[in-house]
Amino acid sequence: MEPPQLGLIEQSFNSRYSNWAREALDELPDNFTITDPCISGHPIVFASRGFLKMSGYSRDQVVGRNGRMFQGPNTCRRSVMEIREAIREERGVEISLLNYRKDGTPFWMLFRMAPVFGKDEGRVIHFVAVQVPILRRRQRRRNGEGLCGEILSNSCRREVCSSSSVELAGVSAADSDCRALEIEEKCEASDTEKQLAATAISNVLSVLTHYSESTGRLVCEKRFGPSLVSSSLHISLGRIKQSFVLVDPHLPDIPIVYASDAFLRMTGYARNEVLGQNCRFLTGVDTDPSALHQIKQSIQAQQACSVRILHYRKDKSSFWNLLHISPVRNATGKIAYFVGVQIEEGSVDRHGLSPEMRQLSVVGSIKVAVRSSSMSYSIH
Amino acid sequence: MMLRIKRVPTVVSNYQKDEGEDAARRGGGCGRNCLQKCCIPGAKLPLYTFKRAEEIPGDKCVLEHDDNQAPVAFLDSLLLGQWEDRMQRGLFRYDVTACETKVIPGRCGFMAQLNEGRHLKKRPTEFRVDKVLQPFDGNKFNFTKVGQEEVLFQFDASEDGEVQFFPDAPVDADSSPSVVAINVSPIEYGHVLLIPRILECLPQRIDRESFLLALYMAIEAGNPYFRLGYNSLGAFATINHLHFQAYYLAVPFPIEKAPTRKVTTLGDGVKISELFDYPVRGLVFEGGNTLQDLSNAVSDACIFLQDNNIPHNVLIADCGKRIFLLPQCYAEKQALGEVSSELLDTQVNPAVWEISGHMVLKRKKDYEEASEENAWRLLAEVSLSEERFEEVKALIFEACSYTLSEKEDEHLTQGAGDDKPPLEGTGSINKGRNCNMVSGTQECLVLQ
Repeated sequence: MEPPQLGLIEQSFNSRYSNWAREALDELPDNFTITDPCISGHPIVFASRGFLKMSGYSRDQVVGRNGRMFQGPNTCRRSVMEIREAIREERGVEISLLNYRKDGTPFWMLFRMAPVFGKDEGRVIHFVAVQVPILRRRQRRRNGEGLCGEILSNSCRREVCSSSSVELAGVSAADSDCRALEIEEKCEASDTEKQLAATAISNVLSVLTHYSESTGRLVCEKRFGPSLVSSSLHISLGRIKQSFVLVDPHLPDIPIVYASDAFLRMTGYARNEVLGQNCRFLTGVDTDPSALHQIKQSIQAQQACSVRILHYRKDKSSFWNLLHISPVRNATGKIAYFVGVQIEEGSVDRHGLSPEMRQLSVVGSIKVAVRSSSMSYSIH
Repeated sequence: MMLRIKRVPTVVSNYQKDEGEDAARRGGGCGRNCLQKCCIPGAKLPLYTFKRAEEIPGDKCVLEHDDNQAPVAFLDSLLLGQWEDRMQRGLFRYDVTACETKVIPGRCGFMAQLNEGRHLKKRPTEFRVDKVLQPFDGNKFNFTKVGQEEVLFQFDASEDGEVQFFPDAPVDADSSPSVVAINVSPIEYGHVLLIPRILECLPQRIDRESFLLALYMAIEAGNPYFRLGYNSLGAFATINHLHFQAYYLAVPFPIEKAPTRKVTTLGDGVKISELFDYPVRGLVFEGGNTLQDLSNAVSDACIFLQDNNIPHNVLIADCGKRIFLLPQCYAEKQALGEVSSELLDTQVNPAVWEISGHMVLKRKKDYEEASEENAWRLLAEVSLSEERFEEVKALIFEACSYTLSEKEDEHLTQGAGDDKPPLEGTGSINKGRNCNMVSGTQECLVLQ
């Protein structure tokens, strides 16, 4: 997967926080990364000096990449799932995780992540992740005994620590390679390490909050007001590479509530120019009114339709748009949005899929995303 | 004593009829596009070929795709697009996205769906539940009888090691194609059936090659929310023609969130853990030096269970990185009248999806009153008891570890019981036979 353009990454940070923010963050001793869930691929947009030192990578090798680059064969899949779900539910998480440095050596660290909400949008605009290396303690393993008492008493996953040692004693008594076993076992953080994580998160969040004031685009630690399109839906939709928009039929004048990057590229508009607008800005002098009428009728009848319509870009040039529109329901079973998938007539798909099939696959992905993201009671 | 239960089978194809109607059709050509000798010649379907990952360790493929932030993989696109196409053509019995669904509040996150259209208001049919291995019966409904419009694409390994897509490939009966078809009574969006080597009409039982195919599908889709499931006979499979099911649901399943306790690591790197703090007892398989190692470990465990008449369900999750194996005994309890009428009234047949935490309810009352407690209580009935599970677990490990120690040993040891099916041509010994088990009875298992 190619990393997103550097321009998008820079903008993610610079549009929110003043120039001094980078300096202030660079002064913090902690290991942390800042990621943007609204950019396709959920990439890292900022990595602290401490983080780069800990992981052994240079800034260029990390910015623009997704956090999974630090995972490896012994990283616990269930922990990865927990982090993924926290991102999807726009909440924080604290968990021990095995990561890998550039030289391939694994290390345990306490991973603590917190969401940063945009005051205007009411949704998550960044995630801050702090990494505190868990220092290896002398781990003596005797039959029947738990691990080092310190770890056991601090562990919130008592079942893992206490039982795994017993099992290990039974299953591989001959295995005296302690290092291999240590990597496999869950490694719990001490109170001190947890405190370090809490302080670090707090440091980063206050810098971000402070330096967002001068740009006028405030951020805060708690969600402020309801969000139009939740960030978990945003993340799911970000995986879809084709041009499409979501419109909300329940709001006056049926505005666009989501536009994919590909749509913006195809039409030449910026995101803030299209969000909140009705799609009619795409039409022009030679657009056939009967095509428009067909679209309107389908929306009223709550049905899917395909039309070939003449549309205009921002620079006034026109193109034939093979447009497919379909209703999209959420978990209540009722229609939440309509999706419009645009294909420029004459474009070719590298896999050999017909335009119709390409459009339908976009509709399918969106239906899954919208339905699933609205299932959890916590999202509402 | 034969154990039977009565239930209304789910209709998975528009060509699936009652027993009586099927028999009437037997004579002569069918006059439509099915997948039998009458219609296969000249038939064309899209074909997706995947790359085999022989030397690539099990986790490598996934590092590219496992995140929900990675771009949609091509197989994912193809499947969703084809499914939506069939939706718009009206091939499904209802629009599943119009069915209300929710996550039940609580720490487990069970999911419930109100689906009044899924179950037919028809006469229940009898199903034998005490035999996990039953021979294929061509007179009953099987997937060669589905219409070609219900088949989305063929799915097989590529000849030259590259992923390829052919929008219009002939169906070559000699190459024994595997296909992906729609389930016309979907539980969720994208509900499909993977039918390995469909024309060979294999009965519903696991073999190494078929399980590996299912695993490849999970990997190729590259989506942790696209899971595959398998139900053995006696564990609520309704059709005795080898198939796996799959669908999309972009929320974590309760079973995936359940804590696990590591039990052992096999010589080939496959890690086996046990679920705990979950209503159903089961095992989780992960890792392995290669994909084949992981696949074989699970297949061998399933083969052991089916050879020993223990009904079971399998869930392939996390893009094929985590596989759950759950032996169960609900059908047996039902047949013996041991399940409370309250549970029976919900008409929930606990197959792999229900056990994983996704319940489809047909009555509004059950949906409104759905609670974590109720769900837990139902699933607890499905689980093997602690004692029994410990027994089965120990036997599975023996079965799995025998495979490795016998890789060099070519001896074929005769097991107890003559009614076992012949060996698959996989070249390895089916170790289940080496334990001298008394098969066929569930009450007592003789350990040697």
